[in-house]
Amino acid sequence: MDWFPLINSLRIALIATVFTFFLGIFIAWEVAKLPRLCKGVLDCILTLPLVLPPTVVGFFLLKLMGTNSALGAWILQHWNTRLIMTWYAGIPAVIIVTFPLMYRTVRGAFEAFDHDLLYAGKTLGHSNTWVFWRVLMPGCKQGLLAGTVLAFARGLGEYGATSMVCGYTPGRTATISTTVYQLWREGNDALAYQWVGVNLAISFVVLVSINLLERRQKQDARRA
Amino acid sequence: MLEVKIKKRLGAFHLNVDFKAEQGVTGLLGASGCGKSMTLKCIAGIVRPDEGRIVLDGRVLFDSEQHIDLPPQQRRVGYFFQNYALFPNMTVEGNIAAGVRGSQKKARVRELIHAFYLEGMEKKRPNQLSGGQQQRVALARILASEPQVLLLDEPFSALDGYLRWQVELELSDLLKTFSGTVLFVSHSRDEVYRQCADVCVLNNGRSESVLPVQQLFDAPTTLAACLLSGCKNISRAKKTAPTKIFAEDWNVTLEAGREVPDTIRHIGVRAHYIVPTYESGENVIPCAVERVVEEVFSTVVMLKTPGGDKGYSRLRIELPKQQWQDLHVTGNLSVAIAPKDILLLTE
Repeated sequence: MDWFPLINSLRIALIATVFTFFLGIFIAWEVAKLPRLCKGVLDCILTLPLVLPPTVVGFFLLKLMGTNSALGAWILQHWNTRLIMTWYAGIPAVIIVTFPLMYRTVRGAFEAFDHDLLYAGKTLGHSNTWVFWRVLMPGCKQGLLAGTVLAFARGLGEYGATSMVCGYTPGRTATISTTVYQLWREGNDALAYQWVGVNLAISFVVLVSINLLERRQKQDARRA
Repeated sequence: MLEVKIKKRLGAFHLNVDFKAEQGVTGLLGASGCGKSMTLKCIAGIVRPDEGRIVLDGRVLFDSEQHIDLPPQQRRVGYFFQNYALFPNMTVEGNIAAGVRGSQKKARVRELIHAFYLEGMEKKRPNQLSGGQQQRVALARILASEPQVLLLDEPFSALDGYLRWQVELELSDLLKTFSGTVLFVSHSRDEVYRQCADVCVLNNGRSESVLPVQQLFDAPTTLAACLLSGCKNISRAKKTAPTKIFAEDWNVTLEAGREVPDTIRHIGVRAHYIVPTYESGENVIPCAVERVVEEVFSTVVMLKTPGGDKGYSRLRIELPKQQWQDLHVTGNLSVAIAPKDILLLTE
């Protein structure tokens, strides 16, 4: 069995999750400080990729990064390289698709956080940065971790947007999900079952770890 | 000294407070939702008032006209939160160290741990401590930051019963070591009576004038203050003669024994000062017994006045159990009120 699709899926998901992690936290923190109306509008826009079909995200990305687009053409001209139909084209696709999961989980954790702790830090003379890193982040640890695991798992199985921007080239852009689809088209059920098994195993591990995290979070909340 | 004169609108709620708190403990007494916590948050710089001025020992913390609005970090305000707001991810030591400003952190933390009887607990986390210990850590942490004013937000609300009483005694000892101004927020008249020298009543977002605490209980002059001081018998009232009042809800005319202000709106009489009598005469109200409620050490009797049985028309009296049994009341009971025990409320 050629393990390339697993490795490719893992590297796309890992790199994308790093971006999603910081973007999710940063934007959730900034949005929380906005007045109510702005918050509502931004919240809708930021959550959109969660409900939008991933093919729509893929479509927009092709329009933005394709060789016919301004950006794509410029890069092709200067570096003689394409942004799409490469493995790394999957990274922005996965970032966009997984962002709402991180953003919403983190925002939920921030909202559930006891704001008196932040005020206490500030009245004791500590900067907003200190309060953010030393009080808020440790307090929302479980939520951040849950959001990250969720985003990573979603990124690992992403199909719609990735297949549109990466295409399917065995050994170059193939991911687990595009491989399963391709194997089914070829009628190679035996191999398809193996990849389905890999997918199930990964999903199972993710769900168990999220449940464990949530239980710990509840225990922490009860103790506090 | 802390001078606060601020206004803040929040939806339909209007906060409009204006008071001065001298050195020592000043109480902010008010029902839930009357703006007590909001006032403290404005002083601490957590909530920004719409307009007004906050001055602490001559230092302007907030002034809407001069566009001064110091961030909470620079205000030197010690905020004692209802649930202590200890950082759950830090140890006792870490929490206290988080309060220390400037250098010499370690020595200062050791000093405070000693002063607040926290030796042996340095490495414990807040959730491993009792309520009283948590309170000491919170106070140690606040005093470590060398505040110029202490704001205590319902400090005992997280505790109940025996522990509450113990912790209150402890806190009042610790407060004696603080030389600045202390604002003590509470909805409990008993706590305020025990802890404070002066008190400011907050009524639906509006502050009344600051009074010595004894005066609030002996002679409240407003309806809100009277209710907060625990008075259960209230009637709308009109002045009918220089020293006489007509209690509308009770449908009786009473002698006040002193000049009644023209602006009188209500009168109040504490349950303890209404006494059963067999005589008739001045300030005697013929009533019918409506309900008898047995309390642990006393009997509470609800009486129907000549004014009927609606709302404020009822009188509530409280007697020792034995005294009530000895009265052998069968349905009607007259009660007398001494003129000096009638509280005249103008607002």
